[in-house]
Amino acid sequence: MKLIDSTPSGNAKTASKQMEFVTVTVAGQLLGLPISRVHDVFVVSEMTTVPLAPGEIAGLLNLRGRVVTAVSLRRRLGLGDSAEAGRRMAVGLENQGEAYGLLVDEVGEVLKLDPDEMQPNPVHMDRGWVGLSQGVHQLRDQLLIVLDVDAVLAFETEREAA
Amino acid sequence: MDDLLLEFLTETNEHLETVDVEMVRFEQDPNNEAILSNIFRLVHTIKGTCGFLGLPRLEALAHAAETLMGKFRDGMAVTTPAVSLILSTLDRIKEILGELERQGAEPEGSDGDLIALLDRMASQEPSAPEAALAPKTAQASPTPVYQVLERELKPGEVSLDELERAFQAAPGPEKDVTAGTLTYQVLERPLKPGEVSLDELERAFREAPGPARLVIEKPTEKASSEMPAVPAAAPTAPKKNGESSEAGEAGEGISGKVQTIRVNVDTLEHLMTMVSELVLTRNQLLEIARRSSEDHGYKVPLQRLSQVTAELQDGVMKTRMQPIGNAWQKLPRVVRDLSNELSKKIELVMQGADTELDRQVLEVIKDPLTHMVRNSADHGIESPAERKASGKHEKGTIRLNAYHEGGSITIEIADDGKGLNFAAIRKKAAERGIANDAELERMSDAQVAKFIFHPGFSTAAKVTSVSGRGVGMDVVKTNIELIGGTVDIRSEQGRGTTFTIKIPLTLAIVAALIVSSKDQRFAIPQIAVSELVRVSPASEHSIERINGTPILRLRDRLLPIVPLSKVMGLSGNEDANHGFVVVTQVAHQRFGILVDGVFHTEEIVVKPMSSKLRHIQLFSGNTILGDGAVVLIIDPNGLARMVGSESDRNEFQGDADPEQAVVAADELTSLLVFRGGSESLKAVPLSLVTRLEEIEASTIEWSSGRPVVQYRGRLMPLVSCDEELTIKREGMQSLLVFSDGDVSMGLAVAEIVDIVEDKLDIELLAERSDLVGSAVVRGRTTEIVNVAHYLPMVLETWSRKERKGGPERSLLLVDSSTFFRDMLVPVLKASGYRVQTASTAQEAVRLLSNGLHVDVVVTDLELSGHSGFALVASLRADPHHSVTPVIGLTVKPDPQQIALARKLHISEIVSKIDRRGLLSALAELNGTLEEAA
Repeated sequence: MKLIDSTPSGNAKTASKQMEFVTVTVAGQLLGLPISRVHDVFVVSEMTTVPLAPGEIAGLLNLRGRVVTAVSLRRRLGLGDSAEAGRRMAVGLENQGEAYGLLVDEVGEVLKLDPDEMQPNPVHMDRGWVGLSQGVHQLRDQLLIVLDVDAVLAFETEREAA
Repeated sequence: MDDLLLEFLTETNEHLETVDVEMVRFEQDPNNEAILSNIFRLVHTIKGTCGFLGLPRLEALAHAAETLMGKFRDGMAVTTPAVSLILSTLDRIKEILGELERQGAEPEGSDGDLIALLDRMASQEPSAPEAALAPKTAQASPTPVYQVLERELKPGEVSLDELERAFQAAPGPEKDVTAGTLTYQVLERPLKPGEVSLDELERAFREAPGPARLVIEKPTEKASSEMPAVPAAAPTAPKKNGESSEAGEAGEGISGKVQTIRVNVDTLEHLMTMVSELVLTRNQLLEIARRSSEDHGYKVPLQRLSQVTAELQDGVMKTRMQPIGNAWQKLPRVVRDLSNELSKKIELVMQGADTELDRQVLEVIKDPLTHMVRNSADHGIESPAERKASGKHEKGTIRLNAYHEGGSITIEIADDGKGLNFAAIRKKAAERGIANDAELERMSDAQVAKFIFHPGFSTAAKVTSVSGRGVGMDVVKTNIELIGGTVDIRSEQGRGTTFTIKIPLTLAIVAALIVSSKDQRFAIPQIAVSELVRVSPASEHSIERINGTPILRLRDRLLPIVPLSKVMGLSGNEDANHGFVVVTQVAHQRFGILVDGVFHTEEIVVKPMSSKLRHIQLFSGNTILGDGAVVLIIDPNGLARMVGSESDRNEFQGDADPEQAVVAADELTSLLVFRGGSESLKAVPLSLVTRLEEIEASTIEWSSGRPVVQYRGRLMPLVSCDEELTIKREGMQSLLVFSDGDVSMGLAVAEIVDIVEDKLDIELLAERSDLVGSAVVRGRTTEIVNVAHYLPMVLETWSRKERKGGPERSLLLVDSSTFFRDMLVPVLKASGYRVQTASTAQEAVRLLSNGLHVDVVVTDLELSGHSGFALVASLRADPHHSVTPVIGLTVKPDPQQIALARKLHISEIVSKIDRRGLLSALAELNGTLEEAA
């Protein structure tokens, strides 16, 4: 397990205005999750796949005696599964009293960003992504998409119900 | 809302529920003072608290109700309208409380209507009570009886006569309330020290609230020990009144004096979750300990931890347990209201109300139970007139019974009403297109009864306000199945209907079978699993296919197979032939789940499915196993539904209903197949075998060269089933035990092979007396053993019995099955009958009309061509045989047969396979014949 480094990596002068994000990478894309929503970050060891489950759900995990539903961020973003079968990382989230683990390729660091600097989604961004993104931050060398956690976890399951 | 109010609401609601129940009890038993004072006290408490909290509406209502009840206490007649009025007042109070709970304040409105009614009812008192009390007062003033106390009066005691006189003179308490003139009485002698003057007695009487008579009827210990035969000493009446009501409460009241505290349900739920986690962690630790062979000194403490956890789990589970009576509390009221509404007389009997089950389960079954009781009251119980006409007691009974059975709880709801109208259900089922006529024809009544669980199914001629709208039973069934329970119906025309509900004790922890399919493990709740069968292509059990659909032949029945991997979409491999079949029974659906491996059973803690996965009906939850893996729990109901929907598509003949099997089994005989000394298979009808035993060969004793064994405190002779087989001198010896009364015989066999059900087609063998013949059983030639052959070999007692029977009696056995005749004849002969046989009714009639004299006729009632009943009817028509005792044999006695049999004076109906029953019926007949002779 990787502990989240909560000490600000940047300058803390404007701390009052800044928001902290846990950065993750999926298919080379940098994404940020509001730190207030992130419970923990953990390595996925054993996962139980759930037959007949919606594609976004990768399986069920045992996280310290709690059953956690693993959601693949790749599939949620409409990306194919990763080819390399290295160690899988997950970000622990909580939504409506239920525990979720968001499977990502890599977990980065904690960034402090000023919400005012966030740009709206580019108009030609993928439809599937627009719903999940709150906006874009321009970092020095790359772009960071701010994920809307509730939207990520609010996928339709009923279509499979029949 | 403040805590005080909250507390008040919970408490008052509980009180009200109690009052509801007590009120109904009181109506039936208006003289029970304990109930009344309990009600009175509860209402009084409510009134008091309302006043304290400043709830004027509630207070006024409670006060008015209390006043009326006060009148009851003073002896006013308890009438149905009065009780109804109080009950509706309670309903109003409940309404207001509900409102109070929602809004935190009493709702606006006036209760003038109810209060006026209550007041009017209460002020009717002068006229009503006197009429009601007239007989009582008459009883209360008998001519003085002089009683003698057989010892000297001790100081402080009152003589019997004095007391008697005091009683006579004392005006009844009820009169006393209205007009209280004191009668001065003079005692003709000075009072001894400690004695009580008459005036004082008088006053004590007047002061004693309520009908003191009742108190007197149950004198306290002190009084009775000091003054036997004397009604309780009056001076202490007021005090005792209080005592007796308290005693009454303790004895008959709702709650014993168990110390309790109120705990928030959430706290308990949380505790339960934590314990579940603890159990899981414990399981994980145990798993680790199992895997490592070295003991680092932690194994003993781990054991201890394991034990403590188990105890803790038990304890916490107990806190969740509630007596089922809590779910029944509303029922007396419901039944009372219904019986008024429907003008029926219904008694509700509740047994096992203290049977405990999980709170969660209780919540789920509460409504279904109420619904079923309503149904019983409305549809089941007939009107008093109808009941009288059919010779029943005017008052119908609905009986609720709950008890523990294994890991589940069984609840029965039985009424003694008219029973299900099978004809109407069949008709309705055909109308609604649930089944076609041909199918209905074949179905047994039990199967037909299950139609009432179909949505929208109602045979009620008219829709009443109570039920009959066709919603309900399906909901009941769904609700119960939701928690892994089952519902069964048993109904007898004219005798009533019984619903049997079986539900698991708890939902949180269940025993589950862990299976694997394609390297993934799943848990199947044990309750649904009836057996496990290993299948492989070469073995006896192999999976066959009809148009690609897998089927397993299991004991001659076709079991639809659902490969788990296929349902789960885990593999496209259609030809799964190896593995295990988990035979699953869900309600009336039976199917086999094909899995690759079966591990063990484990107590699992059921965790709810994530909301994202809840739509998958295949799973009911998930759990964490001892090794830490998350495993999905298969919902057999969901799987059954999936199988069901599949069956519509591809002719998946899934209905392997046990009932159907029974119907089909009419023609089948259960055979016990075994092997003797030679290779050939032997079989004997299972019905003849009393028990199967395996004994240590060393316990066999040889008395004068004959083997015997001590069996159940007696010596049982043994005989080898054929010459090739020698009885073992060491190791284990398998025995088939045949018994008749006290006498037993052991037939030594080499090996017990199987129990099969097959149609018997026996080829008779004349040359061998040890065999009835041979038959093809399951495709193999099998020798059918003639048990009667062995009996004389070992049992002098059996033959001795013959002589004991006195003069031989003649018996005519009519049965179309050669096999049965051959089986029964030796047995009957051994019991001392001269047996004549006939294979058809015609033959029997011919024999009898040719002047054959028989003492007894034993006939199969289901003779082919000519019904056994017709035979008996023609017998009865013949003056020679009009009184000849007849014993009827049948496969499955049903009420119609029994009724018909009674009409035709058939002495007894015995199940065809019940050989002992037949013999004892004959013995009974013998007795009566001898008496007659």
